Amino acid sequence: MMNERVAKLRRQSVEAKPSISSERAELMTAFYQGDAPLRESVPVCRAMAFKHLMEHKTICINDGEMIVGEKGTAPKATPTYPELCCHSMNDLEILNDREKTPFAAGDEVRRVYQEKIIPFWSGKTMREKIFRAMDEAWLNAYEAGMFTEFMEQRSPGHTVLDNKIYRKGMLDFKQDIQQSLDRLDFLNDSQALAKQEELKAMLICADAIIRFAERHAQKATELAERESNPQRKAELERIAEVCSHIPAHAPRDFWEALQYYWFVHLGVTTEMNPWDAFCPGRLDQHLYSFYKQGVEAGTLTRGQAQELLQCFWVKFNNQPAPPKVGVTAAESGTYTDFAQINNGGLKEDGADGVNEVTYLILDVIEEMRLVQPSSSIQVSKKNPDRFIKRAARIIRTGFGQPSIFNTDLIVQELIRMGKSVADARNGGSSGCVEVGAFGKEAYILTGYFNLPKVLELTLNNGVDPRTGKRIGLETGDPEQFGSFEQLFEAYRRQLNHLIDVKMRGNNIIERLYATYMPAPFLSILIDDCIARGQDYHDGGPRYNTNYIQGVGLGTITDALTAIKHHVFDRKTLSMRELLAALRANFEGHEPLRQTLWQRTPKYGNDDDYADDVMRAVFEAYFQAVDGRPNTKGGRYRINLLPTTVHVYFGSVIGATPDGRKAGLPLSEGISPVQGADRQGPTAVLKSASKMDHGRTGGTLLNMKFNPQVLKGEDGLDNLKDLIRSYFRLDGHHIQFNVVDAETLRKAQARPEEYQNLIVRVAGYSDYFVDLGKDLQNEIIARTEQKAF
Amino acid sequence: MAVAEVMAEVRKDVIFYDQSRGGATFSGGEPLMQPEFLLALLEACRAEDIRTAVDTTCYAAPQVIQRVAQAADLFLCDIKHMNPGRHQEYTGVDNNRILDNIAYLARADGQVIIRVPIIPGFNDDRANIEGTARFVQALKTVRRIDILPYNPGGLEKAIRLTGKVDLMQAQAPGDDTMNEIADVFRGHGFEVKIGG
Repeated sequence: MMNERVAKLRRQSVEAKPSISSERAELMTAFYQGDAPLRESVPVCRAMAFKHLMEHKTICINDGEMIVGEKGTAPKATPTYPELCCHSMNDLEILNDREKTPFAAGDEVRRVYQEKIIPFWSGKTMREKIFRAMDEAWLNAYEAGMFTEFMEQRSPGHTVLDNKIYRKGMLDFKQDIQQSLDRLDFLNDSQALAKQEELKAMLICADAIIRFAERHAQKATELAERESNPQRKAELERIAEVCSHIPAHAPRDFWEALQYYWFVHLGVTTEMNPWDAFCPGRLDQHLYSFYKQGVEAGTLTRGQAQELLQCFWVKFNNQPAPPKVGVTAAESGTYTDFAQINNGGLKEDGADGVNEVTYLILDVIEEMRLVQPSSSIQVSKKNPDRFIKRAARIIRTGFGQPSIFNTDLIVQELIRMGKSVADARNGGSSGCVEVGAFGKEAYILTGYFNLPKVLELTLNNGVDPRTGKRIGLETGDPEQFGSFEQLFEAYRRQLNHLIDVKMRGNNIIERLYATYMPAPFLSILIDDCIARGQDYHDGGPRYNTNYIQGVGLGTITDALTAIKHHVFDRKTLSMRELLAALRANFEGHEPLRQTLWQRTPKYGNDDDYADDVMRAVFEAYFQAVDGRPNTKGGRYRINLLPTTVHVYFGSVIGATPDGRKAGLPLSEGISPVQGADRQGPTAVLKSASKMDHGRTGGTLLNMKFNPQVLKGEDGLDNLKDLIRSYFRLDGHHIQFNVVDAETLRKAQARPEEYQNLIVRVAGYSDYFVDLGKDLQNEIIARTEQKAF
Repeated sequence: MAVAEVMAEVRKDVIFYDQSRGGATFSGGEPLMQPEFLLALLEACRAEDIRTAVDTTCYAAPQVIQRVAQAADLFLCDIKHMNPGRHQEYTGVDNNRILDNIAYLARADGQVIIRVPIIPGFNDDRANIEGTARFVQALKTVRRIDILPYNPGGLEKAIRLTGKVDLMQAQAPGDDTMNEIADVFRGHGFEVKIGG
């Protein structure tokens, strides 16, 4: 049930227009114009800057709220991070004017940017440092669309919190930090000074977040004094009490637990702009003891807990993802950041983790129907069917949430990557589908990698046909390849070369962040940064993983399969003829294109001919990346997910041998090429499960169902069985769009009538009408499953 | 296609049969039109412990029905209309043979689920629904009736294929109609699924 308060808060959140708030940029600029940067070490300076923000940013308590605190000055007023990347005047103009996902940037914001922010930060941002440090090979490959680089826009922050804040207050963390400081050995440890500076920085940050909460307590007290409604007055007094207790001390009840997390969330996302938003992770596990204790003591009802959670949900929705810099008018954005609340799964001892709070949260997800926060269910073989079916009831209402993960496999994946059993069971999925040991790991998504583009280079002997520039190796004239194996070997060499280019860049960027942009507040929260005296960005966490996300698996598989089938096995097509057709974008070659598209084995149909090629590509990508060292004592791993980049990656590739025309989107995630899977959903799952998901850090499978198929109790049972079967086959993740193509086409034509239509894009849900036209078309083109 | 080829396809989904307690359904067209091939497949499935269902109009020779009855685990049998005349008029064949075959299957080892396509104006009247219910009740062994809402989507294709433009023009039944009919069957003690 959504009561009047929640309905109002939700409406305000949904209707609030996103805007740029220059407050953070101004405070940061003012701070860095002072003498601290010259006087203090980098970590201490960063901590002081954080404290400056926490002491001076506007405190906002919205009417009716129970959980308080905003990143900006008001709901959806979005801060910027000029020390990472600085918006230009042109950026602000485009963001303000663009038709889809605009951010209002008013005259005052623009004036401040023009007069203060841009002049100060120009040349000093991380983005500029990064581009200055990259070599020609990297820059060429980057410009060609071979890969993307996350850290040119945001900081490497991919992590999720564990249960530590529900047990310890910031004063407790300060004690831990002090102990680490006391243990420093300046006689024998050459890093002792660096550790001291980092630990001092953490102490400053702990004080800063306490101060931030106290300012909310003061504000709530002031509002309470002026409040005439006795009920609201009591609530404001309670808010003041909560904010004076946490985060200094450990939370005592359900309300305090949620509010503590929210301050931490604001702290982490104000300190920096970490990718794939930070989130509480296994929220049902964290809250269960507070819930049980409150209900047993008679101080909390299910309804009250639900209302608090609903208020908590609104807070996430109030924070649009900060907009990018260097935007173009054509490019579409998203307001969605990637907080993914995990539900269910396993407890640390390996027992079924589904509890009453799990079902409570699922109720909240269904009722709130917000794109943020995103949500998932973690499904173990130990979890009951009714849990999956409860989630399936939400899924079939067609808003793409929750997504569904195979917990038993995630635990295996994490253990393979070196985590302890307990850390693995306390972990989960975050962002889109990426796995990590919550509270103990920096797992950095470093960028997407364009797998089909590697083939295009291979077929052009290392040259990008779009620009004529040499991007890859000279792997030989493709017309001289005598066998598919020779072609594949050339593909593998190109792949290894380009991964090397990407990794060289990554390793430099990683050092730039470690050197210039430590995150001492986040470091308090991630084990073992305090014990090691090292920053989150510099190997402080217990585990340090770098992911490179492969994109276009379906397209590359079908493209290679087409060459294998027609050129080498059947010999009905010469390489010369194929290359000519690709160069011509199939103009004048339509019969050949039809043959390639219609009369070729395709991934997604449980056909080993194509699926074996997929496995070969998977293996080549895995070998190129997995296990290689990063600069923080951790290793590189792969995952396979696209967010929206399959549209961009497709736009930089000409026609491909699977019959795809130039510029069209690639397949997304590990899903088959749109429309290529023709044997129903079970065949898709069989094909997808032929790769070894257990050796990845996440794969993303999207499936679109006609709503008719999921009707009734049978529909739910069938969906549940489909999920269970995929997970028995060790699939990592699956998510569903339950909407028919007709509805999507109508929404595209008449967006004003479909403002509330939410669809699953890749690892997140978004308003369909907010998506760019290419992405809309791609979603429409996905195969619609009409039966099980 | 050979039996081995079909079995290769059938085997691909074993994991799904196991999870959902399902199996392979042989449908059509009309699978009983190719009885020898069907029997070979049913036997091959049984040899591999794969449950089978046959989705049929039951318009077949009694000898065929008798043989298939022993070989399959489940029959999905259509009853389109209880009135022989109406049945003849709309399907081109008499329903006596169909009803006899269903009665035979209901007495034999296999399990039977009756499927009634609900076509407004053709068979959705109370008399026909009651008649259907009474007939199935008399079989004694059938517990479940699935009612399937008519989908007019195939009409255009049928017109194209037959060249006849005066084919039955029916609308899809509304949810209310489907629920009312389901309640009639439930009133006779059947488990009813809409959509099947």
